Amino acid sequence: MAMNEPVLSRLVAGLAAGLIRIVDLTQTLSPDFPQIVLPPEMGQAWPFRIEEASRYDARGPGWYWNNFSCSEHTGTHFDAPIHWISGRHLPDNSTDTIPVRKFVAPACVIDCSRDAAADADFLLTVGHVKTWERRHGRVPPGSWVLMRTDWSKRTDPVAYQNIDETGQHTPGPDSEAVRFLVEERQVLGFGSEAIGTDAGQGFHLKPPYPCHYYMHGSGRFGLQCLTNLDLLPPVGAIIIAAPLKIKEGSGSPLRVLALVAEPATKAGARAASKPKSRKRRAPRTKRR
Amino acid sequence: MTRPLVRPARKNPILRTRLPTLPPGLRSRVALGLTAAAARGRFELQVCRDCATVQYPPREACCACLSRRLDWRIVDDGGELVSETTLRHSHELFFRERMPWRLGLVKLDCGPLAVAHLHGDCAPPPSRVRVRLHLDRAGQAALVALPDKDTLHMADDRQLREMTCDPKFRKVLVTDAKTPLGQALVEAVVAAGADLVWAGHAEPWKKPPGFERLASLAEVSLVPLDLTNSRAVTVLAGEIGGRVDILINTADYHRNFGIAARDGVETARAEMDINYFGLLRLAQEFAPAMRARGADGQSSAVAWVNVLSIFALSNFPPHGTYSASKAAALSLAQCLRAELAPSGVRVINVFPGPIDDDWNQTLPPPKIAPARLAADIIAALRSGAEDVYPGDIAQDWLERWRDNPKALERELAALPHQ
Repeated sequence: MAMNEPVLSRLVAGLAAGLIRIVDLTQTLSPDFPQIVLPPEMGQAWPFRIEEASRYDARGPGWYWNNFSCSEHTGTHFDAPIHWISGRHLPDNSTDTIPVRKFVAPACVIDCSRDAAADADFLLTVGHVKTWERRHGRVPPGSWVLMRTDWSKRTDPVAYQNIDETGQHTPGPDSEAVRFLVEERQVLGFGSEAIGTDAGQGFHLKPPYPCHYYMHGSGRFGLQCLTNLDLLPPVGAIIIAAPLKIKEGSGSPLRVLALVAEPATKAGARAASKPKSRKRRAPRTKRR
Repeated sequence: MTRPLVRPARKNPILRTRLPTLPPGLRSRVALGLTAAAARGRFELQVCRDCATVQYPPREACCACLSRRLDWRIVDDGGELVSETTLRHSHELFFRERMPWRLGLVKLDCGPLAVAHLHGDCAPPPSRVRVRLHLDRAGQAALVALPDKDTLHMADDRQLREMTCDPKFRKVLVTDAKTPLGQALVEAVVAAGADLVWAGHAEPWKKPPGFERLASLAEVSLVPLDLTNSRAVTVLAGEIGGRVDILINTADYHRNFGIAARDGVETARAEMDINYFGLLRLAQEFAPAMRARGADGQSSAVAWVNVLSIFALSNFPPHGTYSASKAAALSLAQCLRAELAPSGVRVINVFPGPIDDDWNQTLPPPKIAPARLAADIIAALRSGAEDVYPGDIAQDWLERWRDNPKALERELAALPHQ
């Protein structure tokens, strides 16, 4: 592909040639997928539920369709800044007002799968982020930081929720790591394979639920219940994550896709290197 | 002496499942007074307010003085068996299929002479008997004469079992076995001799104290069941629906709010989703198979139990939206009763007062203990009743409601709100 070809033509050609792979980071919306657990006296998030309207039968002879219901925070979903009290007064803080250019962004994937396997309460620290940066470069501003834990491989909902008498035990970032990513790296948001961006025991951190508190308090986003993060490279993937345009929505279930350049073959070597340079440049030119 | 029931042999799959037949079910409006008494398990007959004559069968006027001022009152159920007859032929399909059938003529201590179904342990006449009003498979009142004193394995009597819903050797689904009541019921049903108990549990990642213990009981199978999930209800009905003899719906969503105390409709909707729509989903998926199995041998489908609430009769404002959901469930249960009636499957509605659980924590005693309520539900299945009001509060409210529903409404409105 010639460098002077229009950029979208090169994208389409790359997709057609298989030089760019599309990875689905979305869990299937199913009534069996668990929803977040809150104390029972509080308002609850609806799980995904689906009711048949008709199925080629007396209720509609020629067609099949369903009505479904769920929370804004059911299944693989997006958290907008207005979701948290710390982000409630920010401009453009809900799903209908966030500028759409923020819905396409590069991703840094930090592999914590070994740590999470050893300790369900594993907390990602600034040290872990800096260790990752020594190998893969500085986290670029405007990018998603996705915490790979392989938690999505826990297909049994009981193991996925991992709840005991002291609450939920799932991995997440600690307070300092979140502040570092927000203040020092200007990330777009934080993504997790577990049911929340915060650790299962995040209520006991300072402040409670730091990832929600700091990310949304500074206008950043969250993605949770992601899957297939193990199919992404540490850097170079582009995430397409556009929530439903819900008026004053605090979040939304969504389809999260990643564009990944295939590892270098001879023909694809340049294509594979392109996203890297584009990734570095794109946030600066796109965002400001 | 009644021979104890033996576990029925497995069903012969080449034989057609017999269709349910019913005893004669037509009654005059005045005779339905007997049914109303039987539904609550009470032995009531008409008593003349003018001459105090007790009469049976029910009539429009007093058989002694022609007064129309007749009250239904609890009367002495003792009597003398005067004669007995063994029926060996009948044109009624229900009895044809159950020959021979014992009947007896009983001289009641309170006056009337009545024909009653005769328990096998009643001594030959003349002998003392106790007479009960039971609902029969047609859902109508029938007189049953029992021996003067309880006998061994009495509940296993063939004729009596045609009028009860005893869990012995039956297969039972408890829809929510996680709550304190659900856990107590699973254990009570096992203790009552059920063959198999399916213990439904939603949200398997939540493990309430005590629940793990149920899984260790040999008769118990844990099954995933969330009444808010139509597909899950359909799947479970597909798997076990054709084997459920008794369904006990314990699923309940209970929060303590009126209208003003809670913003929005989410809590009320959650209550409706389980207490009303949950019952509807269950009924649509499980009732068809039960309807078809009303005469499926010794362990046929016999009963559907709804755990409602005394709040279904009249709104308890501190738990106002919960009361409304239970009132909706009561109305739907009446529809279910009508639809199951042709199969002889009995719908038993249970109206407990406040249960001693987390959601009634701040209500003052008396509150009914889950184990007590479970025992009352087992007793209801073994009886001939269909409307059960367990606990002191339920009995008190029921009497006040029957006496003057408007007065109860005002009394409940005057209670201090929480």
